Amino acid sequence: MAVDAKVVAEVAHLARLQIDEKLVEEYASEMTKVLALAETMDDIDTSNVEPMAHPTHAVQRLRDDQVTESNRREQFQAIAPAVEGGHYLVPQVIE
Amino acid sequence: MHKQTIAGIRQSLTSGEYTSAELCQYLLDRINTSQINAFIDVNPEQALQAAAEADRIRASGSDSPLLGIPMAHKDIFCTNGIRTSCGSRMLENFIPPYDATVVEKLAAAGMVCLGKTNMDEFAMGSSNENSFFGPVSNPWDTTRVPGGSSGGSAAAVAARLVPVTTGTDTGGSIRQPAAFCGITGIKPTYGRVSRYGMIAFASSLDQGGVFATTAEDCALVLQEMAGFDERDSTSIDREVDNYCEGLNQSLKGLKVGLPRQYFSSDLAAPIAESLQQAIAELETLGAEFKEIELKNQHLSVPAYYVVAPAECSSNLSRFDGVRYGYRCENPVDLEDLYKRSRGEGFGREVKRRILIGTYALSAGYYDAYYLKAQKIRNLISQDFSNAFSEVDVILGPTTPTPAFSLGEKSDDPVAMYLNDIFTIPANLAGLPGISVPCGQVDNLPIGMQLVGNYFKEAQLLNMAHQFQQATDWHTKMPESVV
Repeated sequence: MAVDAKVVAEVAHLARLQIDEKLVEEYASEMTKVLALAETMDDIDTSNVEPMAHPTHAVQRLRDDQVTESNRREQFQAIAPAVEGGHYLVPQVIE
Repeated sequence: MHKQTIAGIRQSLTSGEYTSAELCQYLLDRINTSQINAFIDVNPEQALQAAAEADRIRASGSDSPLLGIPMAHKDIFCTNGIRTSCGSRMLENFIPPYDATVVEKLAAAGMVCLGKTNMDEFAMGSSNENSFFGPVSNPWDTTRVPGGSSGGSAAAVAARLVPVTTGTDTGGSIRQPAAFCGITGIKPTYGRVSRYGMIAFASSLDQGGVFATTAEDCALVLQEMAGFDERDSTSIDREVDNYCEGLNQSLKGLKVGLPRQYFSSDLAAPIAESLQQAIAELETLGAEFKEIELKNQHLSVPAYYVVAPAECSSNLSRFDGVRYGYRCENPVDLEDLYKRSRGEGFGREVKRRILIGTYALSAGYYDAYYLKAQKIRNLISQDFSNAFSEVDVILGPTTPTPAFSLGEKSDDPVAMYLNDIFTIPANLAGLPGISVPCGQVDNLPIGMQLVGNYFKEAQLLNMAHQFQQATDWHTKMPESVV
């Protein structure tokens, strides 16, 4: 699968990632190379193989529904870029 | 005193030859004058305070094995109140409000953390050239890389700046730098060491571990790091073996597999020769060797470079410029805030992997890439379980070459990725692996990798320790260490 500049732009948008315009072609060529590497897996027929989701086939552990965390909002918000009145600030989203 | 192992330091502390505070001050001075950029942050104030506390505890009669022993954490482990950057501009000013479980446990054991070591950004890299804080030099030859992603941790131990460091290994990030720097590094079974507070890269592969000059020191520290942690949903609830008790067991009758695929004609001659000598040495110690097949081995790099980027693209979506981490200047709207904060906060390799991962997980491509890779992963894992029905341990090279030059592979991601060919399979299968120094080429160290069955860390440490009792490769150090 050859990746072109258009695909890079689409994927970058999906990932909400700004890419330097000047580097788009380079990203396209690097992604093409890595995907070509990935496509060597197609040499093996895996139609009867189960996908492996966990190295030791562990299942999600469950616990009792109990309160374990205390409220540390102030501590957590102290490291946020912008907060006000206990809320995280972002640019206006509703007119 | 910088050349001592933990056992040696402990003896000196017990006999009163020096105090932990004196030792830590001495090492802090060495770190300050070192030129290899192994540390992102040094924390003398906290370190000396912890050392003084350890000295007080010792004076009151305690002599636990790690009390007052200096160490450093890879800057991927969250440290309460101390900057944790993960090698990224994104977290340049991030001060975690909590400790990682590993940090908590080693502090509770009395270890003294001197600082945080340099690393590839978000642990993505095999050379430590992807750090926002600059590359690390290999102490054996400062024009060469120390390996990655835990490059600072490996270089710091090799340069004898600190006897022990922590690391993390997603595709070889402990074993490969250990090999390049001529030290010992162990990656335990997936789920053995808690990932709580260890900044996530690829959650189904990431595993914390340890670097030291000897297998014995690794055993002492891993003993304290390992164990179940309810705060990590993939942590395994199973008793931890006694890693030190078995170190002196004989290797007589130990069955060791040599994968035919690892010892092909492609393997560089000096590495093959060093391994043959190591094999001969282990034979005299009683180990029995046998050729085995790992037939899907060649697909591990392709599978890894789908699975790891896919998981990274998902994990790193949390860095959005809103709750913590880097935020761009004057965003015009929310989308601009996300895109520029991420675009400016992440470096080149991280962005490349987010793009690949996002692509591989996007509608229409999931089956072709991610699902396919998870199936290949199963085949690779089955190869290992077949092998372990015949042998106890698998032996091979850790890396295809010794440390390469800074800049040598940084323009070609695929060439860089292929450097991980021998280390990635253990991550895909979740198996424990250790790299042990076993030779030199042109004055550069070479590593031997031992891979064990699930939870057989004690066996790997035993074998590595026995090898180190019979050889002196682990005692060799760079000329710059005087």
